[in-house]
Amino acid sequence: MRALVDWIDARYPLTKTWNEHLAEYYAPKNFNFWYYFGSLAVLVLVIQLVSGIFLTMFYKPDAQLAFASVEYIMRDVEWGWFIRYMHTTGASAFFIVVYLHMFRALLYGSYKRPRELIWIIGVAIYLVLMAEAFAGYMLPWGQMSYWGAQVIVNLFNTIPVVGGDLVTWIRGDFLISDATLNRFFALHVVALPLVLVMLVFVHIVALHAVGSNNPDGVEIKKFTGSNGHPADGIPFHPYYTVKDLFGFGVFLILFFAVVFFAPEAGGYFIEKANFQMANPMVTPDQIHPVWYFGTFYTVLRAVPDPFLGVLLMFGAVLILFFLPWIDRNPIKSWRYRGTIHKFNIVFFGLTFVVLGYLGLKPVEPFYAELGLRLTAVYLLFFFVLWFHSKPRSSLFSWLSFLVLVGGYTYWDYLRLEAGVDQTLLVAMWFIPTVYLVICLLLPLYTQLNEEKPVPARVTS
Amino acid sequence: MKKIITLVFMMACAAPAVALAAGPAKPLDRANIDMTDTASLQRGAEYFFQYCIGCHSIQYKRYNRMGNDLGLSEDQLRERFIHTRDAAGDQTGVGELIKIAMKPDDAESWFGQPAPDLSLTARLRGPDWIYTVLRSFYLDDSRPMGVNNAIFEAMSMPHVLWELQGWQANVGEEGHIKLEKVAEGKLTTEEYNEVVRDITNFLTYAADPVKVERHELGKWVLLFLAFFTFVAYLLKKEYWRDVH
Repeated sequence: MRALVDWIDARYPLTKTWNEHLAEYYAPKNFNFWYYFGSLAVLVLVIQLVSGIFLTMFYKPDAQLAFASVEYIMRDVEWGWFIRYMHTTGASAFFIVVYLHMFRALLYGSYKRPRELIWIIGVAIYLVLMAEAFAGYMLPWGQMSYWGAQVIVNLFNTIPVVGGDLVTWIRGDFLISDATLNRFFALHVVALPLVLVMLVFVHIVALHAVGSNNPDGVEIKKFTGSNGHPADGIPFHPYYTVKDLFGFGVFLILFFAVVFFAPEAGGYFIEKANFQMANPMVTPDQIHPVWYFGTFYTVLRAVPDPFLGVLLMFGAVLILFFLPWIDRNPIKSWRYRGTIHKFNIVFFGLTFVVLGYLGLKPVEPFYAELGLRLTAVYLLFFFVLWFHSKPRSSLFSWLSFLVLVGGYTYWDYLRLEAGVDQTLLVAMWFIPTVYLVICLLLPLYTQLNEEKPVPARVTS
Repeated sequence: MKKIITLVFMMACAAPAVALAAGPAKPLDRANIDMTDTASLQRGAEYFFQYCIGCHSIQYKRYNRMGNDLGLSEDQLRERFIHTRDAAGDQTGVGELIKIAMKPDDAESWFGQPAPDLSLTARLRGPDWIYTVLRSFYLDDSRPMGVNNAIFEAMSMPHVLWELQGWQANVGEEGHIKLEKVAEGKLTTEEYNEVVRDITNFLTYAADPVKVERHELGKWVLLFLAFFTFVAYLLKKEYWRDVH
């Protein structure tokens, strides 16, 4: 065995790679619950790749045959239902895990220097994942596959001048059709997974180059022990491999509980309308994207102008790229930031969830107004994050507050003239306004945004 | 801080629950089917292949799969369930998909549109919907088939089971629907409900044939994973003894 490893090592850096990334990769010893989701994302990626390969063996990318081939997989292929439910559940699980993984980065400032590039690659992974999920959702060729794709692809129609031609180019036809299905299949099974796997690889290489952040947001590399390794670090293998193994266990219990007992997850993972074959002549009562796009779908619908909505929607995603330069506060972990910062983060998380929920709801006045106000909070969050980068003078705080509130209040005034329900508008006006009072003005008059001293070493 | 995180989680989990609580506008009766009741599934299949198969296919399902799942032999399938013939004039084989002989064009001219395939209806609309619709036909002279449906307004389907149920009429006030029996059928209301329940059971099975097996298997998978996770936990504890 030793001889074989030596033989390989002489020709390929096997032991070196093993050591650098596992046996001698020192990770902080104080990882908590939030640090499971990175390895879980890798697990889900593997589940998706393997189940996807088997599905590709039986699926037919043809508008006439696709729907029936999925039912063929569900009924006639040995264990086909199991493979497919793993894939559909895996798609949603991927987003749950990735959202929690990203939220972790927000909590502990993992996107800050020197990890900016890890964050940027991560956001790129998220973008590719969204494209991958969108392409994959079309493949069963159900009603929601068809009409969801119709809505999303038509977003590009709103782009001035080139929009119409662009949409035709994307579809490869004048409507969503067999041609569209074929190219989305190519993207879903070859192009995007390839990019995804490469980006994940680069994400991990970048992480292992600078080292992991931790819940205290302190650099463990500053203190080396007698062995020359970080004093607060422990080798990833075996410590975190066994810990992640336990995390895998808990995750798989939840995952397979869905696969075996509730694969439709109440219509969220597999939507009811998709039990009907795509029919271009019949529009479903309600068209909405799958839950994981809900947040951005609400942002899209929040403003009445379609092109502005599209810009806002893409902006809401792309702004994430700039996070390392928006939040310039030197303290990484929220543990040592002020209470108002903590409120800001938690409220943002809640806003994201509620926006997602609203994305699945019909456009009724109440939902629309709430969606609009929470979209404002979503965007204001990034301003507040920047605002909290350092202590601000009362002049600047008041000025920021008045400009922001004045800005949307003026727009509300215009909307009132256009005949929007007054009570609803005034009531919902308080959501972003109270949010801004707390985040911009409260630090002036209370100790609530006092930062705490950051310890030199990890605390547990 | 942990409490806040917990709260965020609870909110996130509660959102779908709220969505589930809101049902359809018109209340559906509970079908209360039991997919492990093979006798009920067999009866449901018998009714289906007697009353429904003329117009409705189950085109993603095969005869022999149904036979295996419901405990019907191939001879029984050929004798009682397979009513169609292939191009050569021979009886359709037991390994074939359950299709119908009616041409879509004919169906369209007779009913306005071809009757939908029922392979997935139970998953699309739910068993309660099927159970309620089949019991909600009422006489309505304004409709081409002479009947309307309290759940599915302006349904183009005739009341195929009238012979069993009898006829109902709408005695509700303007804009409201209240059904009352005006002509007796061969069965009492209770007996008829049982028949519809069996059909619903069969269609629910047809839409998701692996469901019972899936639940049975799932228990063992989760049991294994619980054991696996427990061992992994002990392993983690053992390895981490020297860290903290």
